[in-house]
Parts: sequence; structure tokens; C-alpha cells
Amino acid sequence: MTINSAEVESVNLILARKKLRREKWKTFFSSIGKNKAAVVGGVIILLYISLTFLAPILAPYDPYEINLQDKLQSPSLAHWMGTDDKGRDILSRILYGSRLSLGVGFSSVAFGAFFGIVLGLIAGYYGKWVDTIISRCLDVMLAFPGILLALAIISALGPSLINVTIAVGVFSIPLFARIVRGSTMEVKKLEYIDAIRTLGANDFIIIFRHILPNILSPIIVQGSLRLATAILSAAGLSFLGLGAQPPSPEWGAMLSSGRDFIFSAPYMAIFPGLMIAILVLGFNLFGDGLRDALDPRSKK
Amino acid sequence: MFLFILKRLVQIVPVILGVTLVVFLIMQMVPGDPAVIMAGEGASKETINELREDLGLNRPLHEQYLSYIGNVFQGDLGNSLKNNQPVMDEIMVRLPITMELAFFSIMITIVLGLIAGIISAVRPYSFSDISVMVVALIGISLPSFWLGLLLMYVFSVKLQWLPVAGWDSTAHIILPAITLGAGGAAIVARMTRSSMLEVVGQDYIRTAKAKGLKGHVIIYKHALRNALIPVITVVGLQFGSLLGGTVLVESVFAINGIGRMIVDSIRTRDIPMVQGGVLVASLVFVFVNLLVDVMYRVFNKRIDLN
Repeated sequence: MTINSAEVESVNLILARKKLRREKWKTFFSSIGKNKAAVVGGVIILLYISLTFLAPILAPYDPYEINLQDKLQSPSLAHWMGTDDKGRDILSRILYGSRLSLGVGFSSVAFGAFFGIVLGLIAGYYGKWVDTIISRCLDVMLAFPGILLALAIISALGPSLINVTIAVGVFSIPLFARIVRGSTMEVKKLEYIDAIRTLGANDFIIIFRHILPNILSPIIVQGSLRLATAILSAAGLSFLGLGAQPPSPEWGAMLSSGRDFIFSAPYMAIFPGLMIAILVLGFNLFGDGLRDALDPRSKK
Repeated sequence: MFLFILKRLVQIVPVILGVTLVVFLIMQMVPGDPAVIMAGEGASKETINELREDLGLNRPLHEQYLSYIGNVFQGDLGNSLKNNQPVMDEIMVRLPITMELAFFSIMITIVLGLIAGIISAVRPYSFSDISVMVVALIGISLPSFWLGLLLMYVFSVKLQWLPVAGWDSTAHIILPAITLGAGGAAIVARMTRSSMLEVVGQDYIRTAKAKGLKGHVIIYKHALRNALIPVITVVGLQFGSLLGGTVLVESVFAINGIGRMIVDSIRTRDIPMVQGGVLVASLVFVFVNLLVDVMYRVFNKRIDLN
């Protein structure tokens, strides 16, 4: 089998691009390590993730056990965050609730990212009428203000935590798709993509094996910032009674129950809200830090 | 300018049609027969069939959509399943309340955001800059429904300065507007700072300094005017999340706006009300975006949007 010079040149181009990509990732990780905001955000996120695993060890009480004798107790040594109207330990519920709140956040962003990435890749790679159709659909999805699209979806599917995950995920699709579409359009023009095509690779291989790895960094930044919004939206929907249902210790649902006791037992609402706020702050810090590490010009 | 507005109006037609299609299709996914719900418990088969015929539910989906869209453009959003009253009547009562809340909130977003952004940008990396930016980051991270409860606890329960809930006087507007506007203010502050710092580095600002102009003249007369252009887009986008946010804030403060109407209607499975509320709020957002585009054009005459 003989290899012609054009093929050799193509292989060299691809190898050079792979090397460049590896170097870019190295610089990216070292920049994150030097970015204080990203480190603080990362530590907060890791702490919360460890809570989800350590909940059974750390929680002093059963999060679901009703004990009416101990209801509405202020924070004390026995109950660090007090007890709710059914006498359940708020700290234990918050620890177990971290699984639900983080789970909904990650699942909905993964859902939105998956469909958004696929749509963005197709629109950006094929262009022309395919791009026009997908882009117009994304415009329509973006025309719904805030969580209203999620509300419309929940009204059809019915209130539950899984439906909230789907609704918040759908709401994330256009945001991922737009970023991926733009990045794909830039990368597909590069010389090495032509080189891969010369070597006989089909569209599927080009899109998923060669374009996607080159546009991962903006997707990761968007993912981190979207997680913050997704957690807020999911908690908000549960707060409205459209997500997690009682006696679930999801933080938004806990806040919703705490609302009725804001005059007599404000701690019922304060602690779940504080947990949401710190977690969202962590994702915002991490996302901002990632963005600065990728694009130092954005750090102003 | 007239041509530009006309072109943008033509461009939003497919978006509006798309929004109506999405709302229509989502509502088709709702389990259960609207005719059975409307007829009520114990209704005879004949009554339900008559109702199905009246509502056009026996017709093919595309015909139902065309008829729906025809009604929407005539201002007919159907009747509530709960009280059989026109959805549009209810929306006309509630929309002004939501718009009033949105207006005061966006004012807070703009004024607080601009002041904080300018304070930060005037002395970058100083104590005041870092403090303002830390507060802004915290502001972005706070759940609005939690902030609302905290403000209610402090200012209504503890200090008793402001009313707890409702929408009867100016005093009632303060806490909901702050709750809704705070997150946006934090985003506008970050954008203003970033935009100001970019402008301050431009040649013409250096020239202004070289000419011996005073610092505040440079900031307010030269830098801020140009720095405001990208901020307008952010304010426009904020209006969208603010409209969505009214759903939560209206529920916290028991305000009878469109947001609360949608949530209550989801609970009672009053689908035409949900459909109407979501549609009207989205159309308001589409037109606000058009307004923002026009303002962007007015403020930034250098770019050619055509």
C-alpha cells in the first residue's frame, strides 16, 4: 500500500492539531489552578458533592421521622438547625436533600447539554437550511421568558421532581445549542478538518471525534454557569409546589414549607435557602473562573 | 429607522407563530379530555360529545391549531375551565399588576446596577471595587424567593416598616420590586464595570485626559455614554428573566399578577389559563426585545443593523 504526499500532509496536520489541543488543555488546567475564584468555587462544589455521599454518616437523625413532641424547636446543640413543624431535624433533612437538589441540577443540565450539543453540532456543521430550521426553533425556545417554558411543560406533564428535571433541561437546550453552533462553525473551517475529510472520514466521525473535542471548553464553562441557574430554577419550581412533593427534603420544597412559619420559626426557611445560595455561588465562582482561564480578555 | 423597525417586525412574526405553536403543542400533551373537565362530574356522554364538537376537539390537530391561532389574533384565548370566564378578561386584570411590578423592578435593576458598576470601574481592583463585585456575585447567587422571605421577615415582621403582602399601595411595591430587581442589578453592575473598563482603555479617553479634562467629566460625559451600549442589551435580556421571576415573587408576596395566575392554574389544571398566561408573557417579552433592539440602534448609530 502506498501513501501519497497529500495523505502524509493530512496526517501531519491532524497530529499537530491533537498536540495543540493537548497543550491548550494543559494551559487551561494550570490557569484554573491559579484562578482564586475557580478554586474557591471548586472547593464549595466538592464539599457539597461529598455531602451527598456522607449524608447517612453525618445526619444525626432520620430525615423523614416525624416527632411532633419536638416540633418547631429553635437551633440548639441537639438540633443544630432546629426542627420543622413535624419535629424533623432540619440539618438531617438538608444533608439528605443535597442529593435531590444536586441530582436535579446535574441531570437537567446533562439533559439540556446532550440535546443542545447535538443540535448545535448539526446546525453548525451542515449550515444552510438545516442551520436555518434549527436556529429558528432555538429562537422560539428563547422567546419564552425565564422559567415560563418550564412552567408550561410542567403544566402538561404534571408536578414532580422528574418533570422539573425535564422542564429545566429543555429550557437549557437552546443555550447550549447556540454556543456549540458558533464554535462548530469556527472549527469546521480549520484546515485539519479538510485533512480528515481527505483521509475518508465520514460526517459522523468528523463531528463527534474531531470537532466536538475541540469545542469542549466553552461547553464546560456554559455547563458550570447553567448548573447555577438550573439549581435555582428547580428549587424555585419546588418552592411553588410544582417539583418535589412532601415529605421530600428537597431544599426548594423545604423552603416552601418554611414560608408558612416565617413569623414563628424563620430558621425553617433560612437554612435551606442558605444552602442553595452557597451552592449557586460556588457554581458561579467556578464558571467565572473557568471563563477567565479560557479567555483572559473576559477578565475585566 | 422606520425601515429597520419594519424589518424587525417582520422578523418577529415567525417567532410569534413559533411561540403559539409550542404553547399549543405542549397543551395537547396534557392528559385528560378538556371536554370532560369542562362538562364536570356526572355529565352525560351526549353533553360531552356536544362540548367536544363546540370546542372543535374532533377536528384534526392542524385545523385545531389554525383555529387557535385565528382566535389568538382576535384576542380570544378561550375560557377558563374553572369559571368559564374569558381568559383574556382575567389577563387584562392581572397584566397591569405584573407590568407595574416589572417596571419598578427593572428601574431598581438599572439604577442600582449602574451606580454599583460605575463605583467599581472608577477605581478598579480597589477595596470599593472588590466589595461591590463580591456583593454583586452574592446577589446573582441568591434565590429570589428566599431573598423575598428574608426581606419580608426583616422589614415586615421584625421592623414592621413595610406591609407583608398584597398590592394595595406604594409601600406594597417596595419589597417585591427589590426582590425581583436585585439579581438583575448584580448582573448589570458586572456588565457596566466590564464595559466601562473596556471604554476607559480607548484612545479617545486618553486624548480627553491629555486635554486636561476633569475625571468626572471623562467618566460621565465620555466613558459612560459609550459603555452604556452593551448594558442596554443586558437590561433587555434581564427583562425576560424578570418576567419569569414574577412567577416566584408574586407567589411569595401574594400579588395577583399573571405569574401567580399561571401557578394557581397549573395546580387546578385550568389549561386555557396557563396557555393564555404563558403566551401573553412571552409576547410581551418578544416586543420588549424589539424595543431593546431599537434603543440599541438609537444609542449606537455607528453600527448598521440592516
